[in-house]
Amino acid sequence: MFKSLVTGLRALFRRERRNADIQSELDCFLQASIDDKLRRGLSSDQAVSAARAEIGSAETVRIKVWSAGWESAADALLQDLRFAVRQLRKNPGFAATAILVLTLGIGAAVTIFSFVDAALIQPLPYAQPSRLAIVYESNTLGPHFHLSYLDWLDYQRRNTVFTSLEAFANYGFMLATPDGPQPVHGTRVTAGFFRTLGVSPVLGRDFRPDDDQPAAPFVALISYSAWLHRFGGGRNIIGQTVTLSGNVTSIIGVLPPSFHFAPAEPSEFWGTERPDGGCEKVRGCHNLIGLARLRPGVGFAAALADAQRIGLQLAQQYPGDDHGRGATMDPLVDAILGSIRPLLLMLLAGAALLLLIAAINVSSLLLVRTERRRREMAVRGALGASSSRLVSQFLTEGIALAVFAGALGLGFAFLLIRLVLGLIPKDFLDTMPYVRAVGLNAHVLAFTALVTLIAAIIFSLLPALRVSHADLRDGLQEVSRGASGTVWRRFGSNLVIAELAIAMILLVGAGLLGKSFYRLLHVDTGLNADGLATLDVSGTIKTGTEPEWISFERRIHAELGALPGVASVSITEQAPLGDGDGSSNFVIVGRPPVDHNEVIIRDVSAGYFSTLQARLVRGRFFADDEDQSRQRVVVINQQLAKLYFPGEDPVGQQIAMEDGDQKSPMLVIGVVDTIQEGQPDAAPQAAMYRPRNQNPSPPNDGFTVVLRTGQSESSVLSEAASAIHAANPTLAVSDPGTMLQKLYDSPSATLHRASAWMVGSFAALALLLSVVGLYGVVAYSVSLRTREIGVRMALGAQRSTVYRMILREAGGLAMVGIVLGLAGSLAATTLLGKLLFQVRAWDVTTLAAVSIVLAIAALVASFLPARRAASVDPTEALHAE
Amino acid sequence: MPESSDLVQGTLEMLVLKTLALDPMHGYGIALRLEQVSDGVFRINPGSLLPALSRLERAGRIKAEWRATENNRRARYYQLTNRGRKALAEERAQWDRQISAITRILEA
Repeated sequence: MFKSLVTGLRALFRRERRNADIQSELDCFLQASIDDKLRRGLSSDQAVSAARAEIGSAETVRIKVWSAGWESAADALLQDLRFAVRQLRKNPGFAATAILVLTLGIGAAVTIFSFVDAALIQPLPYAQPSRLAIVYESNTLGPHFHLSYLDWLDYQRRNTVFTSLEAFANYGFMLATPDGPQPVHGTRVTAGFFRTLGVSPVLGRDFRPDDDQPAAPFVALISYSAWLHRFGGGRNIIGQTVTLSGNVTSIIGVLPPSFHFAPAEPSEFWGTERPDGGCEKVRGCHNLIGLARLRPGVGFAAALADAQRIGLQLAQQYPGDDHGRGATMDPLVDAILGSIRPLLLMLLAGAALLLLIAAINVSSLLLVRTERRRREMAVRGALGASSSRLVSQFLTEGIALAVFAGALGLGFAFLLIRLVLGLIPKDFLDTMPYVRAVGLNAHVLAFTALVTLIAAIIFSLLPALRVSHADLRDGLQEVSRGASGTVWRRFGSNLVIAELAIAMILLVGAGLLGKSFYRLLHVDTGLNADGLATLDVSGTIKTGTEPEWISFERRIHAELGALPGVASVSITEQAPLGDGDGSSNFVIVGRPPVDHNEVIIRDVSAGYFSTLQARLVRGRFFADDEDQSRQRVVVINQQLAKLYFPGEDPVGQQIAMEDGDQKSPMLVIGVVDTIQEGQPDAAPQAAMYRPRNQNPSPPNDGFTVVLRTGQSESSVLSEAASAIHAANPTLAVSDPGTMLQKLYDSPSATLHRASAWMVGSFAALALLLSVVGLYGVVAYSVSLRTREIGVRMALGAQRSTVYRMILREAGGLAMVGIVLGLAGSLAATTLLGKLLFQVRAWDVTTLAAVSIVLAIAALVASFLPARRAASVDPTEALHAE
Repeated sequence: MPESSDLVQGTLEMLVLKTLALDPMHGYGIALRLEQVSDGVFRINPGSLLPALSRLERAGRIKAEWRATENNRRARYYQLTNRGRKALAEERAQWDRQISAITRILEA
C-alpha cells in the first residue's frame, strides 16, 4: 500500500523517467524477440518486422502500463486541473470577478467565525465551566448588584447546593512606585476562588485557606501578562514584595497565560478579600460578587431556588440592610458572554447571507459560461469524451475556483481580524478577554475548508447538472440556443430574486442597527456632553479631618477653576455614564418604609449641576455654603420624583438614609431632570444628590473631577492633573477623558457601533453583488434576445417599447426580490430585537427607505442593458443569426 | 490467439508468477516460456505482459533488476518475492477449487 503510493508519486513527478523506463523495457523485449527469431533462422529484416508486429504500438503499451497504476487517474485530474487553470486564465474577467466575490464572502464569514469560535466554541479556561455560576443580589434597581461580606458568609454557610461559594471584589489597587502611587487593575478574591474555578498557578502557589483571614500576611497572585510586562518574566518573582494600597504584599504565584475572568478583567493583581476593612463589617455595605460551583447533580434552577430561599431569609432577618434585596444567579458562561452572544450570532448570520449571495453570484457567472461552452462540450462529446470525463472537467474547474478563493479568503480574513481587533477600544477589549484567542486556529481552518468544500460542490455540480447527456446532442444544433437560453433565464432569474431578497434583509438589518446606534449617541443624557471632561482621583493614605477634606476640595475647585480654558469645575463621587453602581436605601420621613426603596446616591459639589448643564425641573440646586452647619439638603432626580412622589410636589418633603446612617433627615430642595448615571442604553434610574460639604469624604476615597472647558479638553486635562498632583502628591490621577469619548466608547455604544458597521458593510457588499447579479441576468437575457428584439423592431416596435419590455422584466425581478426580502426581514429582525435601542424591529421608515434604495439600484442596473436593447439595429440583428 | 487481458486478468498474473517460480526471467523470456509451455495457445504480447508485471511489482509479488542476458544485452530480470510465492500458492489453490467445481458442473 505504502509502496504503491510512493511508486505512484514517483511516477507522477518523474514522468519522463517513468516513460523512459517503460521504453527501455520495451526495447529489451523487442531485442530479445528479434534475437529469438534470428535463432530460429529468420533473416534479420524478417525478424525485426515480425517482432515489431508482435509488439504493436509502443505508445499503446506505454499507456497500458501507465493505467495499471493509480497514478493515471491522478494524472487525468492534473490534466483537468491544468486545463481548468488555463480556462480560468483565458477568461481573466470571469476568473477575477468570481474569485474576488468569493474571497470577500469567504473572508467575511471566516473572520466572523473566528470571533464566534473564540467566544462561543472554545471552552472557557476553567474546570467544567458549565457548573460555575455568578451570584448577585438583586435590588429595586435591577438584578445585578453586589453582596455584602456578611451576606456572602450567610449564603456560604446556609446553602445546600454549592460545593463552594467564593467572592470577589473587582476594584483595583494603588501600587507604590518610585514616581508616587499608581492605580493598577486588580481584584480581591476569597482564598478558594481559584480552586473553585479549577485553575492553578503556572508558577508558585495558590492561596491557602487562611490567606484571606485578618491575621494572615498580605499575599497576591499576578496575571501572566503582568509577570511578563511589569516584572520582566523572571522565575525569582515568587517571594518578591510590592506595596498594594498601602499593604506590603508578597507575590506567591503567577496565573496561567490562558487564564482570564471577564467579570473582573482587566486584572493584574489578585489579592485577598479579607474582613478587616470597614465595609466588610457592615451588612449594608455591598462590595462583593459571588462565584459558585454547583454540587454535582444539582441543576441550575434548583441552585437558584436555594439561593433565593436564603435571600428571603436575610431580607426578613435584617430588614434594615437587606430589605427589598434577593439573590440572583447567572451561569458564569452567560455572565461572560451575555451581551456578545446575540451580536455574534447575528453577525454570523449576516456573514452567512453575504457568503450565500457571493456563491449565488459566482454560480450564475458559471452558468452563463456553461451556456457559452455548450458547443465546446458538444464537440468534445461527439469526439468521444465520455460524459463522466466532461463532468469531471466541470468538477475540477469548480474545485479550482473554490480552493483558490478559499485560500485567498483565509488571507483576507487574517487581515480583517487584525483590523477588527484594532478597531475595538482597549477598555472594551479588556471586558472580552476571550477575544485574545481570536486567530486562524484549527477550528477556523476547518471552517474555511468546510465552506470551500461546500462552494466547490455547488460550483461543480451546478454546471455539471446543466450539461446532462441528452443536452450534448442538442448542443451541436444551432436552434437549441434559444431554448436553453430560456431555461437559463428562468434559473438565473430565480437566483437574482434570492440575491435581492437577501440583500434586502441585510440592508434592513444594517438600517435598524445604524438607526439604533444614532439614537444611542443622541440619547438624552440629561447633561451637555460637549466640552465636558472628567478625571479620576484616588489615593491610599487617609489624612486629615473633615474640615480639612472640605478645604482641600475647595482648593481643588479654586486652582482648577483658575486654569485657562476652564469654565467651571466640580467634584463628584462618580461621573455619569458609568456603570450605574453605588446605591443606598432611603425612607421618606413620616411615611412607612416602602418596598424597592434603593436608589443611586451621589455626593457632589455645589456647582455640579451647572457644570453638567443639567436641567432644573423644580426648586433649586445647592449653594456653596450649604455645609454641616446648615439644614441637610438633597436634590432628587425626576425619575425618583415620579416613582416615590407621584402626583405631589417632592420639594419641601424630607427623606433620610435607611442604612444605619442615622443622621438628621434631608430636605428635598430641588428636582433635576434625570441624568443618565448608567450606560446610555440603560433604563433611567432613580437617584439622589447630596452636597459634599455636608457629607465630606477623605481624598483617598477617590473622587471624579468634572470640568467644563471652552477649548481643547486634552491640554486642560493634563494641566488639571499636574495641579491635583501638586496639591497632594499622595493622590494618583487616572482615566482623563471627555464625556463625548465616554459616550462614544461606552461598551453599549461600542457594541452598537461594531454591529452597525459590520452589518452595514455586509449589506453594502450584498447590495453591490446583487445589483451586479441583476445586471448580469438582464444583460445576458438581452444578448439572447437580440434576434427577437430585431424582429420586433423590424415589425414596427418603437424603441420606447423595447425599453419598457426590458425594464419591466428587470422591475418584475426586483419587485419579487423586494417583497420576498420584506418577508424575510420580518423574520430576521426578530433576531435583532435584543440589540436594538429605541427602534422597533418592524420600523416602517427603515423598510421603506431600504426598499427605495434597492429599487433605484435595480433600476440603474437594468437601465444599461435596456439601452443596449433599444439601440439594436434590426437589420444587423437579423443578419447576425 | 486469446487476448489475455480480456481473458482473465488475474489468470495472466498467476501464470507469470508460476513461470517465475523456477528462475528469474526477463519479459520476453516469460512470454516465450508461456507460449512454449502452452503449446502456442497463449501468446502474450507486451501490451498485456508489461502492465501485468508493473502491477505485480507494485503489489510486491515480484521484484526486478537490470542484468546482462546470455546474449550480453541488458534486460530487466523479474524474480519472485516471498509474498509472490505465497500469493501463487493461494491463487493456485483457489484456481484448483474453481476448476474442479466447473468440471463437476459441466459433467453433472
